[in-house]
Amino acid sequence: MTTTQTNAAKDETAKAARTAAEVESSGHEQRRQSVERVAQASDLVNVRNLKMHFPVSEGALLRRVVAHVKAIDGISFTIRKGETLGLVGESGCGKTTTGRCILQLEHATSGEILFDGTNLIDLDRKSMMALRRKIQVIFQDPYSSLNPRMKIGEIIAEPMQVHKTEPNKAARDARVKELLKLCGLDPRFAGRYPHEMSGGQRQRVGIARALSVRPEFIICDEAISALDVSIQAQIINLLEDLRDEFDLTYLFIAHDLSVVRHLCHRVAVMYLGKIVELADCDELYNNPLHPYTQALLAAVPIPDPEVERTRAHQIVKGEVPSPINPPSGCVFHPRCRLAVDNCSKEIPEFRELRPGHWVTCSVV
Amino acid sequence: MAKLLEIENLQTQFFTSAGVVRAVDGISYDVNEGETVAIVGESGCGKSVSALSILRLIPDPPGRITEGSIRFQGRDLLKLSDAEIRDVRGKDIAMVFQEPMTSLNPVLTIGRQLTETLQQHLNMSSEQATARAIELLGMVGISDPARRLKQYPHHLSGGMRQRVMIAMALCCEPKLIIADEPTTALDVTIQAQILELMKDLTRRLGVALIVITHNLGIVARYADRVNVMYAGRIIESGTADEIYHNPRHPYTLALLKSVPRMDQPRRGKLDPVQGQPPDLTRLDDSCSFRPRCNFVVDRCAKAPDLETVGAEGHIAACWQTQKVVESLRKAS
Repeated sequence: MTTTQTNAAKDETAKAARTAAEVESSGHEQRRQSVERVAQASDLVNVRNLKMHFPVSEGALLRRVVAHVKAIDGISFTIRKGETLGLVGESGCGKTTTGRCILQLEHATSGEILFDGTNLIDLDRKSMMALRRKIQVIFQDPYSSLNPRMKIGEIIAEPMQVHKTEPNKAARDARVKELLKLCGLDPRFAGRYPHEMSGGQRQRVGIARALSVRPEFIICDEAISALDVSIQAQIINLLEDLRDEFDLTYLFIAHDLSVVRHLCHRVAVMYLGKIVELADCDELYNNPLHPYTQALLAAVPIPDPEVERTRAHQIVKGEVPSPINPPSGCVFHPRCRLAVDNCSKEIPEFRELRPGHWVTCSVV
Repeated sequence: MAKLLEIENLQTQFFTSAGVVRAVDGISYDVNEGETVAIVGESGCGKSVSALSILRLIPDPPGRITEGSIRFQGRDLLKLSDAEIRDVRGKDIAMVFQEPMTSLNPVLTIGRQLTETLQQHLNMSSEQATARAIELLGMVGISDPARRLKQYPHHLSGGMRQRVMIAMALCCEPKLIIADEPTTALDVTIQAQILELMKDLTRRLGVALIVITHNLGIVARYADRVNVMYAGRIIESGTADEIYHNPRHPYTLALLKSVPRMDQPRRGKLDPVQGQPPDLTRLDDSCSFRPRCNFVVDRCAKAPDLETVGAEGHIAACWQTQKVVESLRKAS
């Protein structure tokens, strides 16, 4: 290798290092600004005592309801304009159902879902349709959430046709190109089919489709869970940039606690249809109060062998019980390390233990 | 410690209509007795295929092990007859798969599936096998094992099924267990239970473990040594401490930097690896990470061999390891 080449390579490395540091600090600034903005914003979504009970029926001829799956059993939370609320919990805890209820893909058993002051639950089809444009969703599986027989351009344009936001075909095509570019894809991808793309690229298409009708609120349902580690980081950064650029509000449903910490302003932890803890992101991670949150955080392995050797591993026993027949009293008591007699009798309240820090536990 | 498994220049290829997929492209590594070795990498990097190749479970056609040797306790597994390799499978080397739902037979009871292996490999009578099956289920932490034996897989939760899979893997007292993404389908708290169980049992019984995963946290917690794979090759290998604290290959470095860490202050922006992994039908002589690498130079047109870059057998395949060292120093 010649000296000039070596120098060029050195410069290149130095440049890479410098830009990384710049990106890092600009990211911190971006977050600080968004936290400040959110602190002053008003509520966009307000969920009050939401319940979703699915009937379980039996019998072939005379079907009768024998029980109910209490997928969501009385949850309340708010999301401010511009805020990202993380919703975490294990499979079957009701986090996806919560998202589906807000989207009105499920008809909630009881409770209220206020979007910008309007209760979505008793809205008729027509007014819901008008509001539905503002609420979009990004799904987990980029393989099954894109129609394999539609071209990428058609997939992204479809919501604009449904909501008649861009009646003109040429304008739609232009918008599709713009959205592809915005999501980090080559505009020529509009003519391709989903099977010609990788998982990360498909997820970008899913994001472009959600953005096509200029929504205010996006529900990200495990939007990065199916992606590889190196691709996950690309999509996280994209979601963050879009949030700041378009002042979007996210409900970020996920089970990866380290990603949630990186992306969210506030976090709600669900267990068996209930929110067991809700707090500001830093507060929840630095100072988890509910024993389930503590167990959940302790179960996440940290990518550093040295840290792992010294870390206390308190592993929660047992498994999540069936939501058809949940335990009496506090639903977590059979697995809880703090449980006392009373926990099996009394249903704990969702109470504000510290300003902004809500817990459903009568022991802490 | 004695070497249990020695893999040398293993190549597994799939002959498809789209071309020859070089899924595993000449990998070599050893596993010592009682040791836990992790293979990490992203989807399609060949980690599962490399593991399936050990037991010759590659569907042929389209797949074929085209070169290399896999010596297990001195015997080359690739030279064994079909009957001989069948005897190794499940007895000396057992596997635990990712999806406990699809890897258990839904129409057979748990008991039938457990005792089958015992009767097949150890010539036990059915009473002996049942007694041993009950003992094994107890060992993997399943309550009321005698009743469980009569149940079918759909009666059990995902975590329970994975426990049954582990019991099946352990039933012939193997020397080596290959676990392919054993906890990917499970929830975090159940994942922790299963991993602790596997660690405890392998330590106690002195079983070596090859764990295949994409989760860097799991590797850090459980592995003694780590092989990092990219596009069908091992690009870096070493002890867990060396790999995490002194990564030398730009891909390893990039992987570690791309995940947010819960134990560190929140970072402003994540550092993703740009671009996509390469098409495995179109690999050439160049370093396959070249298009995504921040440290690329002209020499990368020819992929380097693995060379010693650190203590305790730490090796990496990169011309620019010195630059990686510099960038690490600058960052800290």
